[in-house]
Amino acid sequence: MQPGVIKRNKPEMVDAQISSVGLVFYRTKLWFASPKPYLMVTGLLFFVATWYLLTEYLKVPRFEKLPGPAIVLKEWLSRDPIYGTSIYTPEYYVHIWKSFFRVLQAFVLATCLGVPLGLFMGWKKTFKDYTFPILETLRPIPMLAWVPLAILMWPGRELAIIYLTFLAAFFATTLNTLLGVESIDEVYFRAARCLGFKPRHIFFRVVVPGALPFIFTGLQISMGVAWFSLVAGEMLAGEYGLGYLIWNSFILVQYPVIVIAMITLGFIGWASSAAIRFVGSLLMKWKVREVV
Amino acid sequence: MRNNGHNAARDENFQAGHPSGEMNIASVSKAYGVGPLRQPVLEDCSFTIESGKLTVLIGPSGCGKTTLIDILAGYEKADSGIVTIDGQPVKGPGRDRLVVFQETALFPWMTTFENVIYGPMVRKEMSRKDLESRAISLLEKVGLVDFKDKYPTQLSGGMQRRAELIRAMINNPKVMIMDEPFRGLDAMTRELMQEYYVRLFEENRATNLFVTSEIEEAIFLADQLLVMSYRPAKIREVIEIELPRPREFHMLTSKEYLNYKKEALEILHEEAMKAFASGSNVAAVDFLEAYSERQAASGQEGRDSFD
Repeated sequence: MQPGVIKRNKPEMVDAQISSVGLVFYRTKLWFASPKPYLMVTGLLFFVATWYLLTEYLKVPRFEKLPGPAIVLKEWLSRDPIYGTSIYTPEYYVHIWKSFFRVLQAFVLATCLGVPLGLFMGWKKTFKDYTFPILETLRPIPMLAWVPLAILMWPGRELAIIYLTFLAAFFATTLNTLLGVESIDEVYFRAARCLGFKPRHIFFRVVVPGALPFIFTGLQISMGVAWFSLVAGEMLAGEYGLGYLIWNSFILVQYPVIVIAMITLGFIGWASSAAIRFVGSLLMKWKVREVV
Repeated sequence: MRNNGHNAARDENFQAGHPSGEMNIASVSKAYGVGPLRQPVLEDCSFTIESGKLTVLIGPSGCGKTTLIDILAGYEKADSGIVTIDGQPVKGPGRDRLVVFQETALFPWMTTFENVIYGPMVRKEMSRKDLESRAISLLEKVGLVDFKDKYPTQLSGGMQRRAELIRAMINNPKVMIMDEPFRGLDAMTRELMQEYYVRLFEENRATNLFVTSEIEEAIFLADQLLVMSYRPAKIREVIEIELPRPREFHMLTSKEYLNYKKEALEILHEEAMKAFASGSNVAAVDFLEAYSERQAASGQEGRDSFD
């Protein structure tokens, strides 16, 4: 081989020039060209049709008491809803906002405490030896078991509910962050020590970015369990919120409202997960192998 | 040809101002496990990594090369014996001895450029501007300047190895330690990498320790070839390789090259036989098989080129 190999020709850089708007547009176009969206719609239609057949059309035993899709949709979109909850009633949005705000407070608190705690536990083995057994004992306790203590501990319902929501999210975040740090290959620490990184460089340039993929998985799980405990908390001790709405509608025999609140929860949960994934992908550009 | 002859031309080729260290390893031993489980890995291992030379360490797979490197780098402590660099005993990892690892150790969350400059940047030894221009010139040298803003996952295996090579080089280490750095690359990329590497070495003449289990690679690169024995490992033989520099691939068919190869292979074969006779080591069987095949093949090659 000739020494000329060392000077290589400039490769053509094709992928660097696409703007982000263009990229979104291109991706959307690709998505519509693929069978995905059509399969999705078909699946959804199939689900709704089954629901309709079981409840409203055939009135199969055990299903006949449940509200069917037509009734739910009619109520949901009605300007003058029979049971008082539709997209035109301000109360509906108060419920959504109350629930969302509680989850947001709990989630932010859990993230702000859980991520640093998990990072530190993973980084300092001695600290982990102190704290890990406690974490592992407290973590499996179901959130519902905390309800009495939460009510005893905090004045008013609001704080108790936020506390329950926080606890669930906190354990998920801490544990995943810890696992994230432990998943970092030893070779990166060796390389860092070789290159003369100081502890703070190791922390901020190796531990944090290395744990980031696990942290974001943890945050998605934490968001899921946060909504779970929120609804449980609101059912027991709420005045507003979607969980309260579900339970209250059950007591008041307003069954379509239950389904409206459930579907709303589903959509909000999905949107909050998507938001976390989006932030994650912004912070972890290095995970993306190809631009498109 | 053997150990005794000192290379007088060395100092003439040596570029002034380059920090180049000499490492001395004196009767280093290391064992893992205790009691009946005690497994001596290194026993009374002594050699010198000479300043400004490319020393290649070769030995059968699983003979303790990586353990030796961990000790040289300072990640592990030897049970007995002493490792010194320019007379100073080695106490822990430090940037005077940079290791290029078997598996890629580029930080995947930094771009190629950040990876290269981050070490010197946090040590604040150079001004940012000098550092950047030095990084760019090194990246140019290995053909990666167009990929400087890419993340390691977006680079091919060979590119990653080159990036890692210059990430170590930019620190001007006294000794560069390469732990089977081209393992796992396909044959063509590997050859290219050897070419890049040997050029970089010939330009800088820094002290290098290169560990491999590939005999062709070893002789092609080396000034001094250390052949390790099987466990407990020690230095079995030191062979001075006096092929001219710059090294070119056509030398792989020269008579001298084949003589060196024959010499090294005989020792390695013997060591592999020992490992085989000791029975329990599957890796040794693989090794023996591979070498006998390669020996047969190279014998064929040799005949072809001399006919």
